[in-house]
Amino acid sequence: MKLCRAEYKTIAKFTDQLKPTRQSLKLLKERFPHHSQSTLLSIFSLEYQKRTKRSISKHHDPDVIESYYQRYLNEAKTRPSSPILLEMANEVDLSPSLLARVVVERFLQDQEDGVSVSKQVVSSMLREPTLIPDVHLARQVEQCTVNDCCYGPLVDCIKHAIGHEHEVLLRDKLRERNLSFLDENQLRAKGYDKTPDIILEVPIAVEGHVVHWIESKASFGDDQSHRTYLNEQFWSYWNRFGPGLVIYWYGFIAELDCQRDRGILLKDCFPSDIVTLCHGAGPS
Amino acid sequence: MAALLESLLLGKVEAGEAAIWLRNAQVGAALGALRRRPLEFVPFLLNFLRDQCSHTLAHGPATPAKMPSCPKASLRPSGGSGGRGRGSGLRAQQSSPAPAGGHHRGGGRKRSGGSAPTSGGRQGGLRGHQQDGAVACWENVGQRGRGGGGAKGGERQSPPTRVQVNSLEDFPPMTKCPSRATKPSRRINPTPVNGERPHSRPKSCFTSTPLSKPCSPPAFPECTGAAEANVGSPLSLREEREMLKRESSISVNLFCPLCVENLVPSVFLELFFTLQLLTSRSPSPAEGDSVGDNDADVLERGYFRSVHNCVYFAVKVLEDLFELLSHMDKCTLRLLAENERVGLFAPALREQLLKAQDVSTAKVSSAPPSFVHSVSFQPATDNRSNFSSDKAFHIFKKQRDIFYELLRDWEDFHKEPGWQFEAALGGRVRAMVSQLTAAGNHAHFARLFQKQLIQMCKDPRGVASHGDAPDADLLGMLGADSLGRLKRLQERLIQPQGLMGPCPPPSFPGHQEFFRDFLQTASCCQLNQHLKDSLWQELLQLDEVSILGPAAGTGGEGQEEAEGDLEQQDEKQRFSSVLLLARLLAKFLGFISFLPYQTSQPPSREIQEAAIAVRSRVVPVLDVCSVLHGCVRRRRMVLTVPWLVEFLSMLDFTGPYLPCYRTALGLLLRMVLGRGEVCYLNQMLLVAVLGWLFQIPMFPEDMIFREQLDLSEDFHASSQGLDSLPLVDQELLYTCCPYLGEFRKLLAAFVSGSTAKSGGLVRKITPTSAEPRGPPSTRSQQKLEAFFHNQPPSLRRTVEFVAERVGSNSVKHIKATLVSELVRGGERSLREAVAGDGASVPKINDVICARLCDAGMQALEEATRFCSEKGPVALKVLLPEETSPAVLSTAERITKRLATEKACTWLSANITGTAGPGEVLSVAAGPRDSDETFTVPQLQVLLERVGRTLACRKVNLAPHALLYKVLITRFHVFNHLLLRGGDVSVH
Repeated sequence: MKLCRAEYKTIAKFTDQLKPTRQSLKLLKERFPHHSQSTLLSIFSLEYQKRTKRSISKHHDPDVIESYYQRYLNEAKTRPSSPILLEMANEVDLSPSLLARVVVERFLQDQEDGVSVSKQVVSSMLREPTLIPDVHLARQVEQCTVNDCCYGPLVDCIKHAIGHEHEVLLRDKLRERNLSFLDENQLRAKGYDKTPDIILEVPIAVEGHVVHWIESKASFGDDQSHRTYLNEQFWSYWNRFGPGLVIYWYGFIAELDCQRDRGILLKDCFPSDIVTLCHGAGPS
Repeated sequence: MAALLESLLLGKVEAGEAAIWLRNAQVGAALGALRRRPLEFVPFLLNFLRDQCSHTLAHGPATPAKMPSCPKASLRPSGGSGGRGRGSGLRAQQSSPAPAGGHHRGGGRKRSGGSAPTSGGRQGGLRGHQQDGAVACWENVGQRGRGGGGAKGGERQSPPTRVQVNSLEDFPPMTKCPSRATKPSRRINPTPVNGERPHSRPKSCFTSTPLSKPCSPPAFPECTGAAEANVGSPLSLREEREMLKRESSISVNLFCPLCVENLVPSVFLELFFTLQLLTSRSPSPAEGDSVGDNDADVLERGYFRSVHNCVYFAVKVLEDLFELLSHMDKCTLRLLAENERVGLFAPALREQLLKAQDVSTAKVSSAPPSFVHSVSFQPATDNRSNFSSDKAFHIFKKQRDIFYELLRDWEDFHKEPGWQFEAALGGRVRAMVSQLTAAGNHAHFARLFQKQLIQMCKDPRGVASHGDAPDADLLGMLGADSLGRLKRLQERLIQPQGLMGPCPPPSFPGHQEFFRDFLQTASCCQLNQHLKDSLWQELLQLDEVSILGPAAGTGGEGQEEAEGDLEQQDEKQRFSSVLLLARLLAKFLGFISFLPYQTSQPPSREIQEAAIAVRSRVVPVLDVCSVLHGCVRRRRMVLTVPWLVEFLSMLDFTGPYLPCYRTALGLLLRMVLGRGEVCYLNQMLLVAVLGWLFQIPMFPEDMIFREQLDLSEDFHASSQGLDSLPLVDQELLYTCCPYLGEFRKLLAAFVSGSTAKSGGLVRKITPTSAEPRGPPSTRSQQKLEAFFHNQPPSLRRTVEFVAERVGSNSVKHIKATLVSELVRGGERSLREAVAGDGASVPKINDVICARLCDAGMQALEEATRFCSEKGPVALKVLLPEETSPAVLSTAERITKRLATEKACTWLSANITGTAGPGEVLSVAAGPRDSDETFTVPQLQVLLERVGRTLACRKVNLAPHALLYKVLITRFHVFNHLLLRGGDVSVH
């Protein structure tokens, strides 16, 4: 779904006050009934990440971490059955998963006599709370990750799955249209230094623009993420393979589709207007 | 010189005789010591003409004849007054001034007059000048090939009663100074009296540097062509006119042979000068007074002070240069034909021009500009195994991206006011290049750089289309007459556009600017070295390219010739792309090679001499002389000279004085004269690029008219080569020499000049919403390019090769079977029908036509079948087994398509007068593209055109009928047209 920038800003502004919870998503859907749930979630997720990036440092201050941890320890004693971490996250306006991570890290530090633990270990514990030596904390952490719709292993997993799903979808569509292509893995095997999801063996024209490669993005294309993708991926593909197509399955800000003549075309779905090379090719 | 000219003008010596003298001396007849004279007379005459016109030519850029100042110096008396001596009319006996200074050419001198003193003074002056210019060594080069037989000079002795042209001494020398006190060695366009033009220009401007401000438009008088009456003249108007006319004719007779025989450094400069005269405006009355001042010296008289005389002279010259003119573009011809002055002065020329415009060569479809703008990643050269380490591989990945980022930034911002490459991108360029050094990736980057350069700049036409082409199209469509009517529109859309003259300095148009600035800013010797190596490598390959001439000795069959033409067309296109690419690479090779020596100002004599001494010992990047000799010997000048000119145009100020380049430039100077079997347009290209080279600022003025190299042994060494093939067409000529478009601008400025107040020439304002879609053929080419972009280059080569061979074979096959049968059958039935009594001609025609049509249709089908069958088979064998099915089948389709196209083009090769073969082909063989589908009205028009041609022209029936039949078979709705074509005569 393409949104004009003004429309996008309206939504972004509305998400400003929302916590990353299911209730928030419901509110969003009610406020913007004409937009798809996935688009709204994707926008909310992007906006929430921006918000977090702005504020995360204050939550990482050692004193602040200490206060979060002490408060958890205290409240775990006083009301052990309550979702202490989840409530605290909402209170201090931090993503529940991120708060859980901070607390687990601090907890492990105590366990290991002050030696900080590797990120991988923490991540694996967030992914699999049963690995946490403290059962109570494990339950608290699980509550956090399950109820966070923007951060956490669950969200990562969902995002990954959706991304993969859309790549499969794209390949299916291409096969349906009898378009032959090389996928990322094949390209890597050949030694390409940058690999889009798809390189078409025989280029096509989409809405009058030549397309050599296709990149699938199972997210909404906002200014910031599109800029990053352009610099890190899309232009690099253009520099090697010529003009191509990006599909933002959950839509994008319409104004960003301004590089068509230069060789980067944006779509929010698999294109229908495809012209294959040698269309109507002579007498054969 | 002055005396000689004076005698000529006074009619004492016949101009024709002088012309013979000039010509023969130039082409190498040994005239002993006098040999040099014509060379000196030429610049003298050219300067004389320009002086004469100085008052009238106050518009447009200067067209100075670049030439040594020594002939002028010889004219100037040593210690003369230096003031304007006009009006004194006195001649003094020249006291032969300085001694000869040991510079005598001994025995060679043929003197017929005998008794007069040698022209030691002149020689002395010359010598002095040479020392001044630090080019004394030139003399030696010049002496090569002289000597041997002074007989010819003797043969041309005139009857004793007349003055001997060969001998300067026969004429009373004159000490009187010409109208200028001091003479700059390069002529500055004289400042107009009325001050319409900026008064002073930097010295470097006059030959070629673009003017910072566009020239003010010529303010043409309402009445044109009318003789300017001179009230104050002591002679009657008629007498004076007669006299001026006679003297002008003499000037014409002297001037034209020089141009026709290429005895001038740049014939196009002279042509431009002539057109300036044609479009000159009236001088201010005060200056005009002196016209016909009969007391004045004959050289002082203002022949060209009246517009009338200027136009008279110009028109006469144009008449003489008609052959050259007739090869100019249609638009120039049209503007010239519609020029009211041409109409008034030479109605016959006007007719000729109109006719020439009709037959002006049709544009050959050229390779369309590339659509893909990046260099594709090829695993074979770009993947990890091609790098020394993971780090190098990774760094190059980043470098590639940074390079394109810089390119995109440049595209976005470089046109903004105040934007500077160095300031905006310098830091990033150098950071990236320094990483190259760290990673040792120079070779990789040089390859990327060069490929990208080729990708973006190989076809300069893409650049031109933004600026000049719309003008041409507009003017071409409207013509001068209709253009006048558009004046109101003009004034609203007007945008001043300066005339640059026919010799602008070398430039880096379009994206070339990015690549130049990049190299300049990067200033990386390793990168430059790698680039030099690979540019030179590719240039050598291009220069060696074999272009096939028409197959010789295959018998006189007409069909064979027709096929030859077709193949020739392919070869011509190939030649054109090779030439354009070689020119681009050579320019950059020259740029990089001479970059270390570039200075903004010419160095002082001492510095230059020291530099020459040092640099003479260094092996040059390119052995220009051996390349030149090679191309002369192998008759490949038409390919090699244009790119060498690009290379040499990049020389620094000292470069031309280094032995290797000095010799090469000398060779080139002589080459303008080198005839032999060179096609007219080939020669025209050579003359144009060389003429340009001789006029750009880098070229030392004192080199012109000095060189006497004898190339005769080279010229006769080989008879086969590119030079005699018709390879250059008008489009290529204008692409290589965009400055030839200045003629058109000048003429157009004359048309609009009378109305436009503020600007020079109308420039169409490009609409902001440009139509992105090209013509169908361009789009199908675009798809082709796109397909090959990410494939290995060998795929494209294979497809093109197979298509070419299969197409050709299919033609041969059809010729051997169908066509020969067809011809036999046609002849037979014609004979039978004629023998049988009472047969009506239309009836015979109908019968034959029907039969031929069937056969023709069959031929097309057969060609299609042949190509579809053979193409894929051949391709499959030649491509790697691993080629993916999709790529293979696409490649097969392309091969079939290209081969069929080639074959069918041959089959319709003789019908180009009927309709565009492409159009007919697309109807006959089916559209290539959905865009090519015809609508019913379009078809109707096309068919009517076919019908008309068949009805009113004596045409070769077979191919017409063939196509005709094809059309009819497909669209029998238009059956009635067949009847219209029925009375076509057979021959």
